[in-house]
Amino acid sequence: MGTFVPFFVALPLLAGFLCLVLKRAAPRATPWISVISMAGLLVACLFAVARESAGVTFAGGWGVRGSGEDAFVVGIALVLDGLSRLFLLLVAVVGTASAVYALRYLEPEEGRPLFHVLFNLLVAGMNGALLAGDLFNLYVFIEVASIASYGLVAYRTQGVEVEAAFKYLVLGTLASTAILVGITVLYAATGYLNMADLAAAIGSGAVPRVPLLFASGLFVLGFATKAAAMPFHAWLPDAHPSAPAPISAVLSGLLIKTLGIYALVRVFYVVVGMDESMRTVLTVLGCLSMWGGVLLAQAQDDIKRILAFHSVSQMGYVLIALAIDTWLGVAAGLFHAFNHGLFKSALFLAAGSLERVTGTRRLSEMGGVFRKAPATSVGLVGACLSISGIPPFNGFWSKLLILIALVSAGHWFVAVLAAGAALMTLVTFVKVQRKAIFGALPVRLEGAREVPPSMVLPVLALAILCLASGLLWPWGVDGIVGSAASAVRARDGEPPAATAYVERIHGEVPR
Amino acid sequence: MTFYALTFALLGVGLYGLLAKRNMLKKILGLVILDYAVNLLLVAVGYRSGKGAPILLPTDDPAAFVRGSVDPLPQALVLTSIVIGLGVTMLLVAMALRLQQRYGTLDVDRMDRLKG
Repeated sequence: MGTFVPFFVALPLLAGFLCLVLKRAAPRATPWISVISMAGLLVACLFAVARESAGVTFAGGWGVRGSGEDAFVVGIALVLDGLSRLFLLLVAVVGTASAVYALRYLEPEEGRPLFHVLFNLLVAGMNGALLAGDLFNLYVFIEVASIASYGLVAYRTQGVEVEAAFKYLVLGTLASTAILVGITVLYAATGYLNMADLAAAIGSGAVPRVPLLFASGLFVLGFATKAAAMPFHAWLPDAHPSAPAPISAVLSGLLIKTLGIYALVRVFYVVVGMDESMRTVLTVLGCLSMWGGVLLAQAQDDIKRILAFHSVSQMGYVLIALAIDTWLGVAAGLFHAFNHGLFKSALFLAAGSLERVTGTRRLSEMGGVFRKAPATSVGLVGACLSISGIPPFNGFWSKLLILIALVSAGHWFVAVLAAGAALMTLVTFVKVQRKAIFGALPVRLEGAREVPPSMVLPVLALAILCLASGLLWPWGVDGIVGSAASAVRARDGEPPAATAYVERIHGEVPR
Repeated sequence: MTFYALTFALLGVGLYGLLAKRNMLKKILGLVILDYAVNLLLVAVGYRSGKGAPILLPTDDPAAFVRGSVDPLPQALVLTSIVIGLGVTMLLVAMALRLQQRYGTLDVDRMDRLKG
């Protein structure tokens, strides 16, 4: 069953390679290669989600040696489970929307084939990180995705873009270095790199506490920087707005989740194990991000910077939910991460369209866009309602779930903070709508025109998905999110999820 | 133990160069030092005093190989890590070059300030 697992990495890698080969011969074909590769991923993901398929693939025919208590993994393993499936689906959905959006958005600009090479590489890196079964490959795939994203942030090669990319690269590399040192420390303490072996070794209590704490600290530093949690967020409000719109959508919608949140969940719930100090650290980081992001967003006039600061804020919600360390908390956090991927990418794509329509990113110079670009406006309003937590959009349900999880675990104070930040989010997006979509049309914009259909469609599709994943929660969505949460945190009274993870991998028969 | 202390000191030097220096070239040198400190740490973790190089010949006995050589895995990791470090450094140099052409300076404080 695990034989098709490498497909999720191989397809975008192959597509990226094709784009590079066809750079001169058929530059016009490269955007379509991206669309086809993302659509292929989407089909594979829907198939995997529908079948609830899970599996392990060992590269090069290596596998598990020994059995029972003494089992250990030799070689590289790719693991597909519920948690990976949820994020793979998100990558495929947002990736497809962004690839379609890029068809017309990038037309006037040069260097388009290289854009698509990096875009596919970025997706391959993210999918690889989601499937990696050992810490070192997690690091390698994180670096593949990060390096592609550094290049994409600097894509327009103007001064400000390159400056933002430089800053992003310095802080991103620092985070990666922290992760690598953490992996080295864990390897020195245990002699394992495979996550199942590590989980088994750490779970048995044979690993000394000092190196474990040191490695945990480095992992928090690294993954929190990748997830742009405050106070490690400084790169994000520069890097995300500097990228072209489809890349902003992928960076804010996917990258901070796959490299930050997913890795954090995988490493801390499955490998190292959660404890009281870890819960405190995540809660503090989460509350800081939630409020800091939303407050800093108030002062901005550039629409993409507002959205970028709200990414920091929304990641705060995910972190406080994950810090609760109950099944409901993990499920709520993962659902919110998934929803954030949908509505934030819709918002960034719509912001790109607004920039095309009005010729500016400043909210104070926009107004009355609804009359000139109704379809884009509808999509933008939908995504705004979703991020502000208006029922029945998905943002409402996941924020409600987070509040329920917080209250049922007795964290009243954090719940009040979260509700307050949600209110502030609503205030910002009412302002965005009033200034950009409604209101008086400036004379300057009398000749403005709606963007082409291939740029409207992804925004509308994502907005509809925001509504659908909210409405369909009891019919299917709960199953997808629930199996993702069960993969890392068992319900009370069930055996720990880490044990199930270890058994799944150690139970694989070597070839 | 002294070796580990020195490696972490080197790590600190790289970190200082990367974060505290305003000149982009010095930042890049800081990154290179940081990279090499981590690589050194990785190799040091796999080192076993008095053991030989981990080269397994078809005629060798695997058990004797395990007893007689240092841990080969960190060396394989370091190779990957060096390649990644090279890629990142090249990208950083290319960006620094572009910024220097644009602003005529290598000092990050004298460019258009982004409001982080």
